[in-house]
Amino acid sequence: MSDASLAARWRTLRAAGRAALIPYFTAGFPSDAMSRDAIRGAVDAGADIIEVGVPFSDPLADGPTIQRASERALAGGMTMAGALSLIEALALPVPVVLMTYANPVLAYGVERFATDARAAGVAGVLLTDTPAGIDPELEQAVRDAALDVIRLVAPTTSPARLAAVVQGAGGFVYLISRLGVTGVRDELPADLGAQVTRVRAVTPLPVAVGFGIGSPTLARQTARLADGVVVGSAVVAALEQGGCAAATTLIGLLAAAVRDARA
Amino acid sequence: MSDPGRPQGWFGPFGGRYVPETLMSALEELAAAYDTARADAAFGVELEGLLRDYVGRPTPLTEVPRLAARLGRRVRVVLKREDLNHTGAHKINNTLGQILVARRMGKRRIIAETGAGQHGVATATVCARFGCECVVYMGTEDMQRQRLNVFRMELLGARVVPVPAGTGTLKDATNEALRDWVTNVSDTHYIIGSAVGPDPFPRMVRDFQSVIGREARAQVLEAHGRLPRTVVACVGGGSNAAGTFAGFLDDDAVELVGVEAAGEGLDSGRHAATLARGRPGVFHGSRSYLLQDAAGQVRPAHSVSAGLDYPGVGPEHAFFRERGRVLYDAVTDDQALAAFETLARLEGILPALESAHAVAWVLAGADRWRDDDLVLITLSGRGDKDVTLAAERLGVSV
Repeated sequence: MSDASLAARWRTLRAAGRAALIPYFTAGFPSDAMSRDAIRGAVDAGADIIEVGVPFSDPLADGPTIQRASERALAGGMTMAGALSLIEALALPVPVVLMTYANPVLAYGVERFATDARAAGVAGVLLTDTPAGIDPELEQAVRDAALDVIRLVAPTTSPARLAAVVQGAGGFVYLISRLGVTGVRDELPADLGAQVTRVRAVTPLPVAVGFGIGSPTLARQTARLADGVVVGSAVVAALEQGGCAAATTLIGLLAAAVRDARA
Repeated sequence: MSDPGRPQGWFGPFGGRYVPETLMSALEELAAAYDTARADAAFGVELEGLLRDYVGRPTPLTEVPRLAARLGRRVRVVLKREDLNHTGAHKINNTLGQILVARRMGKRRIIAETGAGQHGVATATVCARFGCECVVYMGTEDMQRQRLNVFRMELLGARVVPVPAGTGTLKDATNEALRDWVTNVSDTHYIIGSAVGPDPFPRMVRDFQSVIGREARAQVLEAHGRLPRTVVACVGGGSNAAGTFAGFLDDDAVELVGVEAAGEGLDSGRHAATLARGRPGVFHGSRSYLLQDAAGQVRPAHSVSAGLDYPGVGPEHAFFRERGRVLYDAVTDDQALAAFETLARLEGILPALESAHAVAWVLAGADRWRDDDLVLITLSGRGDKDVTLAAERLGVSV
């Protein structure tokens, strides 16, 4: 799996002198089959890394769009096992980051999860409600399976805590651009550049920015400041309203914006 | 009884801070502010003064001989009367303590979740008293069931925000309050209403509620010259139980009992007996027991009492369960409704349906005690809010 590891992918991107586009999909939304089609379409349209969300019944870090998607995916029967087989079946040429909450992982069994995720081709794991230092056993199991533990940094992360957050982090650092839950906003926070700089000062890992970025304009601006641009709610909303075609079109526009940002 | 082997905020393997990174600094700030307040004599004096002059503490201990006679032996039963607090429930012990901590942090915007509305009312009350902005999240289903409490909160100056998501009940209101907090964390304090959530909430809420157990222990010694054989409290999230048990944890001879809601029966799939039928997992910021399906999705709870209608439980209770220090049992909706009527008829006290679960457990367990045994029940709130619902269930139109 040459380019399926995050480190390899970032090396390629650095050589090309550009940022990564990282779209997010909720596994099983709007259906199992359509989420597979949408993810394949995203890769064809220029996505560099794919984030796959395993739905949870009580997604307290998510705004209305991803809440709705999670509910619908769960109603359609999506589970951790279902999401892992979806990822395995896709066998994508780009790295996959699995994003979820702690409880579906605990219910599946931590070690079994790490082993099966690795076998399915997952490159990194991001647990929204498991901040650094809270569950070292869980994170170690993920690391022991040669998966990257992706850590989040928020605008409220204190300087003292920041150093601890990047300790043991892998893959990239996910910088939450603003306070609040996931969802599209009109502009970037004024201090985004400073926030990226603050993270780069403590880690050599690439920095990807997410939360609130939904348009090619904001994606382009973000790609000038950071190594990666995560687009979640806007992709899910496009899929909700216009199906796979709309999502693929949006990703094509976002990919073009990210590619020419530094040109 | 927290485990010295782990850092503060853990009760054995339970507890922790399972929250988005954005909230971590606020929890650190809150824990520091709370620890400083606890160590400050002036804070204790201020809180005690308000509990006395505003809430009406100490609440009495009432012996209920006609209820006790139902047990068929010369067992003596006493009630710790949290129903006689200002606003009618134990909830205000916690909201008062937390708003004093929020003031010390300079946070003037307060948010809360509520199920039955008791915690929402208690939060709106202290916000009015201290001139703070108050936003209460409430599930749309619960708003239907508890319209009167919605209006009470609005009279007190609070804004009640309907939450239609999920099942439109307490768990969804809690999700929405957490989302508000993630968004407005810089100027907002979240007053969680039970001994649940990320650290420091479970221990802070328990400490503010421990006035129940402290008072009850002193009162029972004063009136009866001995400790109770059994101490009983209902458990939803578990704040009145945590506060009650805190007074008796070191008294090994005192049997502690937490009573959960068995709803329509433990095997019906419609209950809120988290400790009886749940499994450990992570929900609303801490690791504890929760009602969940095989894939780790949270299952909706059911109880006739909105205050117990919650699929999670405080982490300290999970710890007590595993240690065997507390016996957890459950009674059904029907048993609770019967106890609600019985206590009203025999003693002239209308208990909250939540508290009626604790009374029902005692009524069902006569064989447990011998003559002269003393049983203490925490009556966590009054039942005025439940009159309409009781009338419906009893087929009376009011």
